[in-house]
Amino acid sequence: MTGQPKFEESAEYAKARRQWEADYKQQLGDEEPRRNRSGIEIKPLYGPSDWDGGQYLRDLGFPGQSPTTRGIHATMHRGRPWSPRLVVGLDLPTDYNARMRQLYEIGLTGLYVAPCNSHMRGFDPDEVEPELLGTCGTVIASAEDMRICLAGLPIDEHSVSLGCSAPYTLSAFLFATAKSRGIPWRNLAGTTNQSDYLSHYTALHMFFRIALSGQRRLMLDHIEWMKQKAPRWNSLSIVGQHMQQAGATPAEAMGLTISSAIQYANDMLERGHEPDWFLPRFSYFFDISISFFEEIAKFRAGRRIWERIAGERFGAKDPRSRRFRFHAQTSGVDLTRQQPYNNIARVAVQAMAGIFGGLQSLHTDAFDEALGSPTATAARISVATQNILRDEAHLDDVIDPLGGSYYVETLTDQMEAEIESVIAKIDDCGGMYRAAETGVVQDMLGRSAGRWQDMVENGDQVVVGVNAHCTGDDPIDRPPAKEHLAASRVEQYLAEFSAYKRDRDQTAVGRALDTLARACNSENENTYEQIVNCALAGVTHGEICGRVRRELGVGEPLIVP
Amino acid sequence: MTKIGLDGHDRGSRLVANFLRDAGMEVVSTGPWQKISDVVGLAETQAIDVIGISSLASDHRIVPKLMAALVARGLGHIAVVVGGIVPDNDLDLLHDAGVSQVFHPGTSREEIVGKMQQLAADAQMSELGTL
Repeated sequence: MTGQPKFEESAEYAKARRQWEADYKQQLGDEEPRRNRSGIEIKPLYGPSDWDGGQYLRDLGFPGQSPTTRGIHATMHRGRPWSPRLVVGLDLPTDYNARMRQLYEIGLTGLYVAPCNSHMRGFDPDEVEPELLGTCGTVIASAEDMRICLAGLPIDEHSVSLGCSAPYTLSAFLFATAKSRGIPWRNLAGTTNQSDYLSHYTALHMFFRIALSGQRRLMLDHIEWMKQKAPRWNSLSIVGQHMQQAGATPAEAMGLTISSAIQYANDMLERGHEPDWFLPRFSYFFDISISFFEEIAKFRAGRRIWERIAGERFGAKDPRSRRFRFHAQTSGVDLTRQQPYNNIARVAVQAMAGIFGGLQSLHTDAFDEALGSPTATAARISVATQNILRDEAHLDDVIDPLGGSYYVETLTDQMEAEIESVIAKIDDCGGMYRAAETGVVQDMLGRSAGRWQDMVENGDQVVVGVNAHCTGDDPIDRPPAKEHLAASRVEQYLAEFSAYKRDRDQTAVGRALDTLARACNSENENTYEQIVNCALAGVTHGEICGRVRRELGVGEPLIVP
Repeated sequence: MTKIGLDGHDRGSRLVANFLRDAGMEVVSTGPWQKISDVVGLAETQAIDVIGISSLASDHRIVPKLMAALVARGLGHIAVVVGGIVPDNDLDLLHDAGVSQVFHPGTSREEIVGKMQQLAADAQMSELGTL
């Protein structure tokens, strides 16, 4: 350092700044303060008096180096572009397979399997209203269904993300599929994308009717088993996306997610594990709203906070334990039914925020998601959007291209403070498990959802086509809806499912379920080992969930007004 | 205000229940995952005028079964409205089954409150007429 006063402390600077302030005020007068979704006031201009460069190595550092503000890898998207990964789930296993093959041809590289809501409630398909089968995800109830879903898809080359909640039968079905294709489990890479049971319990009630304490046990067993049998697998994906979609502000969603990570890390420490044994496989999944700069700042701040917490609170030594790896999904809540083609523009802006925020994997919503399940055309456009941003706009050229921006750095610091206040609040409640059990989180989400709705209702937040720039119903604005799965095909599927159950080795099925029940009741056994064995023996999803509920207890949503 | 079927997302149903209460209406709200028989039972014991079904992930497709169950219990005077994601090719299914109104995403609070008040008044008149 030269010892010279900083430029912004000079008389010249002060004079120029005063002049600008006077000009601004003269032209605009007294303005209403503007705030972002997290409540931070946004000024019209940022400069060196807001952010003076800080201490570069302490606050920003180089990519791949502490505090990882600029990215978790030295090479970021230059070394490996983000994985375009779409949540795909529709109709029957053969339909899923056909849709995935189409998307693969146009550049999708990440697989994602989203099961339908019969699966998400822990039922077999023959236990629910047939009208609901395959309407919002693919019907998957057995290892055989998974085998059909993934036939011919390169599960040994590309990572597979599964919409898979406790007790994680989808992962077990995938492992059975890998075995039948001769792929060693150690080679499988992927993510149990919905393993974060606290996010399900607090934000969207998409769990399998299993008691909260039971889900806690199942998840910890799952992490331990995966670490030993499939070390490349991300057994835990901690989900802020659910909370933000349920109403949390971006800062709240990030804070609650990190609080969940703290809870899970503490639970693993309590089981006697070293932090560096399990933290490298923690991964995250976030929402990206259209609040562009706020989202970029959210991701940069979250990455810095976790890097610090992993090191300081948990004493992690391995740099991989401190890496905040995340998948993100463009926000469906921001999409509109009115003038639906506008959603293509919204998704592109959201995706850019995620890319500049340094994500590892990206789902872009289909523009017709406010109308129903995505059509094939809309899904293709969402993949093309990513291809355009990467290959035409070259957003992968420069690492953390907004780093050093007076605004983005100031906002990153401010978001960091907001996020830390949420983490402190949850710490005060005794951690995230306790905060979920007592409804504190649900209450926070409901209040923020209400505040957002008020802003849309009174016009403080413009939503184009909804409360501003509205047009009448124009036929050109109505894309065709996705066709429903024919009832005859559902009947045929159910007949095949029934035959599958009839033709199994019934003794092996009974033995696998009894062994699972014993594991549930013995603290020294790993429940997940037995769930995988059940999948290999042909036990169905509903049968596994039913037995787990019987042994570990039934859970219902905790309702907060 | 309730959710039948399998889905759990309750941001919409919580918001709508709260702003109907704010508008002075008496609201009975449930969590998600309700069975049709539970909703019919509640409608009967709580003297409900309007049932609001919130649907994100295609649970609206079993609303015709709810309508039939209400009629079978002599509760045909109760108006049923659906709010949430309802694809265009399912609108006839709901209207043919007797659903009074479908509120799509982006409907204003004012419009929902006004319509619910009107439906509640109509249902009360209709029940008086049948006594």
